[in-house]
Amino acid sequence: MKDVIEGRVWVLGADVDTDGIISGKYLTIIDPNELKKHVFEIALPEFAKEAREGDIIVADENFACGSSREHAPQAMRAIGVGAVVADSFARIFYRNAINLGIPTIEVRGVRKIFEKGDTARIEMRSGRITNLRTGAFVTFPPLPPHLLDLLEAGGLVEKVRAELLARKAAAGTA
Amino acid sequence: MTSSNGHGMTLAEKILARAGGLDRVVPGQIVDGTVDLAMMHEQGAQTVLPFHQMGAETVWDPDRVVIAIDHWVPASTEGAAVLHRILRKFAAETHLPHFYDVGNHGICHQILAENGWVVPGDLAVGTDSHTNMLGAMGAVAAGIGPTEMAAVLALGRLWLKVPPTLHIRVRGQFGRGVTAKDLILRILGEVKTTGATYKAVEFSGPTIEALSMPERFTICNMTTEMGAKAGMVAPDEKTFDYLRPIAKHAMHPLRPDPDAAYERVIDIDVGEMPPMVACPYSPDNVRPLPDVVREHVKVDQVFLGSCTNARIEDLREGAAMMKGHKVAPGVRFIVSPASTKIYQQCLAEGIIETFTNAGAVFTNSSCSACFGGNMGILAPDEVCASSSNRNFPGRMGAKEARIYLLSPAATVAAAIRGELTDPRDLM
Ligand code: SF4
Repeated sequence: MKDVIEGRVWVLGADVDTDGIISGKYLTIIDPNELKKHVFEIALPEFAKEAREGDIIVADENFACGSSREHAPQAMRAIGVGAVVADSFARIFYRNAINLGIPTIEVRGVRKIFEKGDTARIEMRSGRITNLRTGAFVTFPPLPPHLLDLLEAGGLVEKVRAELLARKAAAGTA
Repeated sequence: MTSSNGHGMTLAEKILARAGGLDRVVPGQIVDGTVDLAMMHEQGAQTVLPFHQMGAETVWDPDRVVIAIDHWVPASTEGAAVLHRILRKFAAETHLPHFYDVGNHGICHQILAENGWVVPGDLAVGTDSHTNMLGAMGAVAAGIGPTEMAAVLALGRLWLKVPPTLHIRVRGQFGRGVTAKDLILRILGEVKTTGATYKAVEFSGPTIEALSMPERFTICNMTTEMGAKAGMVAPDEKTFDYLRPIAKHAMHPLRPDPDAAYERVIDIDVGEMPPMVACPYSPDNVRPLPDVVREHVKVDQVFLGSCTNARIEDLREGAAMMKGHKVAPGVRFIVSPASTKIYQQCLAEGIIETFTNAGAVFTNSSCSACFGGNMGILAPDEVCASSSNRNFPGRMGAKEARIYLLSPAATVAAAIRGELTDPRDLM
């Protein structure tokens, strides 16, 4: 995880649900590189074609509500989304995204200060998101230490891996 | 609306304190909890890769892991067949004996409920968002993603932030033709799809105490639509009677403290409540059904199924209404029982006969038409009356299709008349 993240912004409205991110008919796809072709097909149809690595999603309230499908953040990670920021998130998406190592930040009022194509600058440790075109910014309380740890590790897989390795090492020396 | 600021603990706090081995927890606290039960359905196939990437070799406790395939059963696409095979192979390699495979299958939440896999006091997790349903056992039951599930399988633990609790107290008696589904729809209309995000929802009061376990499953099921982490009812004699013959592990019944600190309290009286309906395109777009009936909403398809409302009680009630009627011309009526056991009960009780004689399709048990990826898919601009739980754009197929969420009785009434109908007109 970088301490400062910059990227081009895509904006989304309120209550974008997971069907709008990856629709039910793609749920048998496991390969993230296949999934990414369909990301936001309903909610933002031009995204999958035009998105660039490092782009930032800025959404209004209750982003990614609906099912628990991890396909949604997986597809975003595969396409290289740099961060997801929203006024608020549905809880399972929030957990899934953090567990996959995607910087995911909840901050009230953030949607209002951005338009499509703006550049956002996110300062993870001090808790500030700035629109580099207009200078407008919002602040947020930095993530709690255990979530920063998770992002730092690169996600839950890496974190558990380290824990299991440590256990094995301890068992080996015992 | 009031709030109570006692010093006691809510039911969710008690359960998470137990899971974390702590005397006391407060909302916002991060708890590293011991998991009592982990459930996977097809999405669990995505758990296998991260499980191996973590370097894990064995599952922490195979007797606390249930696999229940349900979304595409039997496999209706090649992709689904591959997911099933991944799960079978994983179960064989890691010695997971509790696999509800084709022939012994059902919707995962119903499988957990009818086999006693979740009991009072449990922290249960599943790879499906409606895992909340099992909170009706007096447990914290929450949906998690497959990567998280991999960590649970490896370690038997999960990090959770203790949620604040929304307390919903319900009193009054249901009028004729009004059900637990109408109650939860009405609550959704009030609380909205974001009203309980990150929160636990605790139901109590005389009306809740009077509900059967299946009715409690229905209301806890749809706390997912409020964004809730968990929805629950404190265990009582009904819970114990239901679970005693089937419980798979020891119960640790916990109840909220009388002076529990709730973030918000909502009081509801169901006395005057009519049947309700959630209109497109959100489960919280709720109106009294009689108002919508006046607009003569014609339907193309009707679905009586899903983890919300396809238990034997729902299908019995539906069949009783169906008797002596036919499915309206031009309407496709799909009935899907929530488990193979319920399918067999329907067979024994003549329910399958009643529905198929009337012109309905009675399918094998699965998620069926609920999620638009298996069968009963809607074309653009079609209208569906459904006993399920979600009506977002694209939920059952085309994104322009319109879905109305109703009680089982109101669903059957729509199949008979070919338009949204107040079930009381047919009683
Ligand atoms: S019946 Fe519908 S809501 Fe329930 S688990 Fe299946 S797809 Fe999900």
